[in-house]
Amino acid sequence: MTAPTISPMMQPFPFSAIVGQEEMKRAMVLTAVDPGIGGVLVFGDRGTGKSTAVRALAALLPPIKAVAGCPVNSASPEAVPDWAEVGDRRMISKPTPVIDLPLGVTEDRVVGALDIERALTRGEKAFEPGLLARANRGYLYIDEVNLLEDHIVDLLLDVAQSGENVVEREGLSIRHPARFVLVGSGNPEEGELRPQLLDRFGLSVDVTSPRDVATRVEVIRRRDAYDREREAFLKKWHGKDAALRKAILAAREALPLLTTPDQVLEDCATLCIALGSDGLRGELTLLRAARALAAFDKAPAVTRTHLRDVAGSALRHRLRRDPLDDAGSGVRVARILDEVLPG
Amino acid sequence: MSDPGARVVGSFLPWARVEVAMSLLAVDPQSLRGLWLRGRAGPVRDRVLAALDGLPMPVRRVHPSVADEVLFGGIDLTASLAAGRGVATAGLLATGPALILTMAERCGAGLAVRLGQWLDGQGAGVVVALDEGADGDETAPPALTERLALFLDLDAIGWQETRDIRMNPARLAAARERLPYVTVDHDMVTRMVHLAADLGIVSMRAPLMVLSAARASAAVRGSDKVADTDLQLAASLVYGHRAIRFPEVEDQAPEPPPPPPDGEGDDARSPDPDRLEVPEDMVLEAVRAALPADVLARLAAGRAARSAKGASGTGAARKGNRRGRPLPPRAGAPDGQSRIDPVATLRAAAPWQAVRRALTPGRSGIQIRPSDFRLRRFQETSDRVLIFTVDASGSSALARLAEAKGAVELLLAQAYARRDHVALVAFRGKVAELLLPPTRSLVQTKRRLAGLPGGGGTPLAAGLQMAEEVARLTRSRGMTPTIALLTDGRANVALDGRGDRVTAMAEAQVAARRLSLTGTPALVIDTATRPQAELRALAAVMGATYLPLPRADARRMAAALSGALG
Repeated sequence: MTAPTISPMMQPFPFSAIVGQEEMKRAMVLTAVDPGIGGVLVFGDRGTGKSTAVRALAALLPPIKAVAGCPVNSASPEAVPDWAEVGDRRMISKPTPVIDLPLGVTEDRVVGALDIERALTRGEKAFEPGLLARANRGYLYIDEVNLLEDHIVDLLLDVAQSGENVVEREGLSIRHPARFVLVGSGNPEEGELRPQLLDRFGLSVDVTSPRDVATRVEVIRRRDAYDREREAFLKKWHGKDAALRKAILAAREALPLLTTPDQVLEDCATLCIALGSDGLRGELTLLRAARALAAFDKAPAVTRTHLRDVAGSALRHRLRRDPLDDAGSGVRVARILDEVLPG
Repeated sequence: MSDPGARVVGSFLPWARVEVAMSLLAVDPQSLRGLWLRGRAGPVRDRVLAALDGLPMPVRRVHPSVADEVLFGGIDLTASLAAGRGVATAGLLATGPALILTMAERCGAGLAVRLGQWLDGQGAGVVVALDEGADGDETAPPALTERLALFLDLDAIGWQETRDIRMNPARLAAARERLPYVTVDHDMVTRMVHLAADLGIVSMRAPLMVLSAARASAAVRGSDKVADTDLQLAASLVYGHRAIRFPEVEDQAPEPPPPPPDGEGDDARSPDPDRLEVPEDMVLEAVRAALPADVLARLAAGRAARSAKGASGTGAARKGNRRGRPLPPRAGAPDGQSRIDPVATLRAAAPWQAVRRALTPGRSGIQIRPSDFRLRRFQETSDRVLIFTVDASGSSALARLAEAKGAVELLLAQAYARRDHVALVAFRGKVAELLLPPTRSLVQTKRRLAGLPGGGGTPLAAGLQMAEEVARLTRSRGMTPTIALLTDGRANVALDGRGDRVTAMAEAQVAARRLSLTGTPALVIDTATRPQAELRALAAVMGATYLPLPRADARRMAAALSGALG
């Protein structure tokens, strides 16, 4: 399978060339292996490569097969929604959509609205799909997600949960699938994220600038090489990215064959009870993420090690916040992990 | 008059720096991405802006409240109506311009972030942020300034020191051509990264920008190799304003500022002295020389305030308030008070056009009937600011303060859904202080509350005055203040700082009455072991709810507060 062809000038920074930030990279790879995990939230200081990683992921993702003219990237001609007038019903391979949801976006743009042009010129009531339609079967990326206006957050909460976008406006009554992996990034200094939205993200990662100077130098060297000798740099990393893409595809195939011992299920439950995380979503995500990791590691079964590796990302944002506890929730997860599931 | 590039290096006369910065920007706009220009409007600033003509791109000027469609493109309503079909405009940014953003200190968080995203993307241009902030607290949002390589402060530059900046097109073009071939030594990269770490610069963008600026500087000099002088110059332009601490270098600095108490947590360690070899010292000195006089002083205290400001002050909160949350437009007749929503009206009219045209032959254009009118509606959701006014005096005991801190954090933790902000005023000794400007960020709050001291007398009147001031400020930003006063009511320090019980109490009464006149809802929590009649009376004067809470812990206090405030 070939990567979508983009001119070198437009090619983002290669995913494999990102120095360090292992937890963030792993979380992103896991969502690519199993989109059902439900997305990643990346929180960290400015200039730590949050956006770079998301753009890089977009280029890394294996292409999808979809109906050529379909606005919601349907996987088969039968799945194309009725309202979409699709001329071209051929199946084509196209890059996994990674759609940006800009701040300040209007409700119409997100959910879709009456197609004004057609209404004006032909007096027809037609639906103009929004960003949610385009993100179906792909990724929806929100930079500075904690600055998103509340009414847009409300829309997202519902759609992210149900996987379906229901539009009831201007005399339109339309629904279409909107299953996407939600990726958000932000800087905690700009404000907090609503707990309901936090919960919609499967995994969360805190990123910081690398602390040791040697790593920082390496970051600068690679970025500088990318900026100045792009073609050579891309060529150098092309192989690694391709190998990673292959590994993701292999992991997707291995995922259904994976066995999950009862012990692991029990571990999941024990850990979540010990942490007092709200609801069952924590357990489910933890298990899914552990399975995805096991598949990616080419392991025949999920083990406690896999569970331990993803526990931080899967649970850190689901704990009831205790503002009197100065240690971050990541530390709490690690502490209880060592108590309950010694590695 | 010689060319700016010629006498660049080593000389750090203020105007020379400006000239050099402009030529660097003109040579490599793609990497440097822009300029943060602090200073009042005036002839000096105009001279700087005139130099932007040397940039290889169109110059556009916008203000922070510019409509999204203008910048990012959208439907051109007028053209659409004239043409009878949807006409899209590309938006200013599509041309990759040098965008002058006036009054950047008023720029909201949303616009800042979107401009930042544009700057991060391919084919972007340059942003020149004109920042006229009156004091250190009022600055352009960090999400934007972070992405602009260069910083210039014009406040200290007099008109006599300036002259026209001559951009020599041929020279600049030659420099641009040379730029791709300029090389940087590997150890220079390492040194610049070290330096960034020593200055407490976390972002990885800064070292990249320093390298770009150094390359541009070498290219302007006509050299193919970056020299130490280029690094010196680049660091002074790029690192100077980003530094959050300053390594001590020999005795040259009369008063090296202490590292900010709330800086970057663990990584605010003092730098390894062995690392500062000679070239670093020179570069460091260059950076220091680049700093405007007040910046060093500001470093210690102001950095946190600045980012706090960026977080909660100018941006989204206020904008959101004024506009209110838009509700779906509803049908109705324009009555002179309500506003028509043109797009919704057109939408409502659109499907009928074919029918109406058929019914009224000979009439051209869009036909809108009264039933099509849609009116705009907003829901006012004014954010509430809870101003904690906490007695940190000796009599009130440190424990009280700890509970108050806990209650603040608890309330904030639950506050998001209710859109509450929290501010904290503490009074002790002789004065009242605003410890935490209105914010919603738990991260910020924790940092600020960590080092709140206690002890001393009880200047109740000063505390009330400060609370009133904060209330006035928040009201002017369109938020609704509520004051929660936590004290044991034993006022014993007058406004002038004397220890005088009687005067202190009388002044507190006056302050309380003034507060009641402003109509600010308030809540008085009596933290003394036995309820104080005097404090109950004071609460009555304030028109406040009185709540005796002896030995309240943080959780009970937070619960009582949420209950009392609804």
